[in-house]
Amino acid sequence: MARTATAPGAPTTRLGKAAVDFDDRLIVAGPLRRTLNKVFPDHWSFLLGEIALYSFIVLLLSGTYLTFFFDASMREVVYNGSYAPLRGVEMSAAYDSALDLSFDVRGGLFMRQVHHWAALLFVASIILHLLRIFFTGAFRRPRETNWLIGVGLLVLAILEGATGYTLPDDLLSGTGLRIISAIILAIPVIGTWAHFAVFGGDFPGELIIGRFYIVHVLLIPAILLALIAVHMLMLVKQKHTQFPGPGRTEHNVVGNRLFPTFAAKAGGLFFVVFGVIAMLAGLVQINPIWLWGPYNPAQVSAASQPDWYVMFLDGSTRLFPAWDINLPGDYTIPALFWPTLILPGILFTLLALYPMIERKLTGDTAAHHLLQRPRDVPVRTSLGAMAVTFYFWLMISGGNDVIADKFQLSLNAMTWVGRLGLVILPPLVYVITYRICLGLQKHDREVLEHGIETGVIRRLPHGEFIEVHQPLGPVDAHGHGQLAYGGAPVPKKMNQIGGARRAIRGFFTPIEEPTAVELEQRREARGLAAAEDRDLTTSGRPSEGGRPSEGGKPQEPRD
Amino acid sequence: MTTHDTRPGSAGGADTPGPLHGGPDDDYTPEQLAAMSRDDLDRLGARYDGVQVLHVDPGPEPGSALERRYVRQVGAVFMLAGLAAFAFVVVYVGSGWFLPDWEWTIDAGTWSSLFTPLLGLLMGLSLTLVGVGMVLYSKKLLPHETAVQDKHDGSHFDRVTTGATLVSGLHKSGLARRKLITRSLAFMGGGLGLMLLMPLGGLLKNPNTGNPLGRTSWAQGVRLLRDDGTPIRPGDQVPGSLETVFPAVTGGNRESDAATMLIRLRPEQVAVDRPREGQADFGYGDYVAYSKICTHAGCPVSLYEQETSRILCPCHQSQFDITQGAKPIFGPATRALPQLPLALDDEGYFVARSDYIEAVGPTYWNRERI
Repeated sequence: MARTATAPGAPTTRLGKAAVDFDDRLIVAGPLRRTLNKVFPDHWSFLLGEIALYSFIVLLLSGTYLTFFFDASMREVVYNGSYAPLRGVEMSAAYDSALDLSFDVRGGLFMRQVHHWAALLFVASIILHLLRIFFTGAFRRPRETNWLIGVGLLVLAILEGATGYTLPDDLLSGTGLRIISAIILAIPVIGTWAHFAVFGGDFPGELIIGRFYIVHVLLIPAILLALIAVHMLMLVKQKHTQFPGPGRTEHNVVGNRLFPTFAAKAGGLFFVVFGVIAMLAGLVQINPIWLWGPYNPAQVSAASQPDWYVMFLDGSTRLFPAWDINLPGDYTIPALFWPTLILPGILFTLLALYPMIERKLTGDTAAHHLLQRPRDVPVRTSLGAMAVTFYFWLMISGGNDVIADKFQLSLNAMTWVGRLGLVILPPLVYVITYRICLGLQKHDREVLEHGIETGVIRRLPHGEFIEVHQPLGPVDAHGHGQLAYGGAPVPKKMNQIGGARRAIRGFFTPIEEPTAVELEQRREARGLAAAEDRDLTTSGRPSEGGRPSEGGKPQEPRD
Repeated sequence: MTTHDTRPGSAGGADTPGPLHGGPDDDYTPEQLAAMSRDDLDRLGARYDGVQVLHVDPGPEPGSALERRYVRQVGAVFMLAGLAAFAFVVVYVGSGWFLPDWEWTIDAGTWSSLFTPLLGLLMGLSLTLVGVGMVLYSKKLLPHETAVQDKHDGSHFDRVTTGATLVSGLHKSGLARRKLITRSLAFMGGGLGLMLLMPLGGLLKNPNTGNPLGRTSWAQGVRLLRDDGTPIRPGDQVPGSLETVFPAVTGGNRESDAATMLIRLRPEQVAVDRPREGQADFGYGDYVAYSKICTHAGCPVSLYEQETSRILCPCHQSQFDITQGAKPIFGPATRALPQLPLALDDEGYFVARSDYIEAVGPTYWNRERI
């Protein structure tokens, strides 16, 4: 519009004019300003989801590179590349091209390992992110839908990993594929039909690598990408949750604006994640397929393990007893069906429905934007700890042969320990976690009521010894604190409320004027620093720049 | 006619923004905005987005020792990142040119065994330092501001008006009344959905034609061959040993279900050998042959511990006792390994007497019926 071009204050620089030209055409200034002004709360645990997102970007980049060289075909060829020990060996074109990628493409091995490490990190950060969401109650209304999408992303990520694991067609991945084939066959009624639909015939057939390839590089990534986009859009729309703290309410978000602070930090995190993956990929060898050799149905190596995120299924398969169910008419439900399909089905269904289950049980249908500390919700925390124990116990059992070997234990004993532990440990962990939660809650209340233990012991005139406590706020006639618990961390050490002097900055030599720091300290001690608004800048801990409130000097308890 | 043509009937009237355009542009004239400082404009825009900047902790004072120090730190980190990136380029490009060759060699300790670690180290270092530099920058040099953004609940006005638009549209369509159309639409939707799913039928294949799951290449008179293609005579193996054998057909050693273990029992094993019912004559002398494909998940059962007569599957630790007809004695497997009936041919080499009499490999729904 003409008005903008001639208006006073219209940009005179070339860049400014270009920006106006751009906005004339697309009218993005408004939405862009809203985006730049968006406020993000600051907490380390909010970075876990970001790590997952960034490893996904690394996966897309490195995976695209790999497709330039990989030949997803089961055609038999004779290897004739640089790796001498396998020259002349018959193998599939897939394995051959994966070897070429490792040995005859400059930097190809590095890229392959980047892809594999990024995949491991991707699933790991998804699971950690999920645990953070779970234990802080971030899935509560209005975020149940995003929780569901998140669980869907986790399942897809695992499937994506499993199909990718199969592609190189080495001995290890072929063994994995054979087990996948057995699992599909184990489905009651339709198992053989499903197997023939997936494999195009009996195991292994000629098609499976090509089919898994397109699933791995197109189908699942496309769905992942779409779901991640929805996941993030919903996050933006619903705004981020935050931990309770000074000035933080259900109706605001306290933190940094996207630009420039959050953008700089998030961009920095992306580079660190990428850098760590690159370093792992170069320095820590992963899946050296040339050592396994081509797949041969008659061969297997000891300690065949899947990638870590499938290991809980391997563990459940090892632990499940040999219980085939024989039905009349000579039909069988194989034992394999329960630990590999029913168990993960139940686990993921429970996980997905947890927000609805909790809503039903607690009757809490209100919208929540403030997070909870795990100790304040002992039942949920204990349930989560129980589920985590169950999961990790299965995961450890997935490597029970390695443990038995390394520690010279009986393999059969390990299996029985696994079976019994799976039944006994989760309830035990539930009870222990519950008690710990209650203990922590009580201690918070105790400190709010009586103050922080100062470690100063005083002898009263009549000979009694008492410990001096520092109240956190005003006290009543009996010396009891009157602060209510607000769901935020309670300081438990004198240093956290400014009991210690601030250190003067500088490593070898001070870079601050010591006298200036001292003056500042003295001002603060008198409570003169006009910093009412500072309460909002941090959690209130002096280590982060807060200062003691009206608590005053240590007082002796009066009762 | 031009876009500026405003004669009645040409483009519908004067080209001026409608009365609903409005917004902050009406509240603030360009002159007012031009009179404001950049910071004030920033705060003003933020206020329109429901954001209030409560507090700004300015970064270190410009020109102070503290600032110079932080600038040096951040600059050094970015410099190192660039250095590592260039070093990566040098290693990548230079290997095989002015640096030693990167390609794989059998000797350890060569440049080729350093190539990938160097690439990873340098790229990782470079990227990590970029990240560290950015975080340092935002922590040490950017002003720390605390902003609060309001969170709005849904607007009642929006709900009511949107609802009215939706419902009136639906009402005008008359679909609620015109039952014939809704029914035909439902019918059409079902048909269309099914039709579009149909091509997936191309994936289906009848697993029961030709009984591929229940059969292998073993048949009467098919020789037992080692992986290298040589046949086996009864005297070739020492007692207590195991050899993997394949049917003497083309590609027999690559077949997924045909791999078989030929085991020569030790005398004390022969003494306690209790074959499965009806399969007492399947062995030949002190030789027995069992399928190598685990009946649990199809892995090759490979680890033979001859002192205990046990065969262990390395995938899920099922254990089979070969002196009891290879019946499972521990782990998740439920069925014994199928036994291959053995005989000798005219030249004295081992041959199969028939195919396995049951399906080999993992259990499935109708396995007993095949």
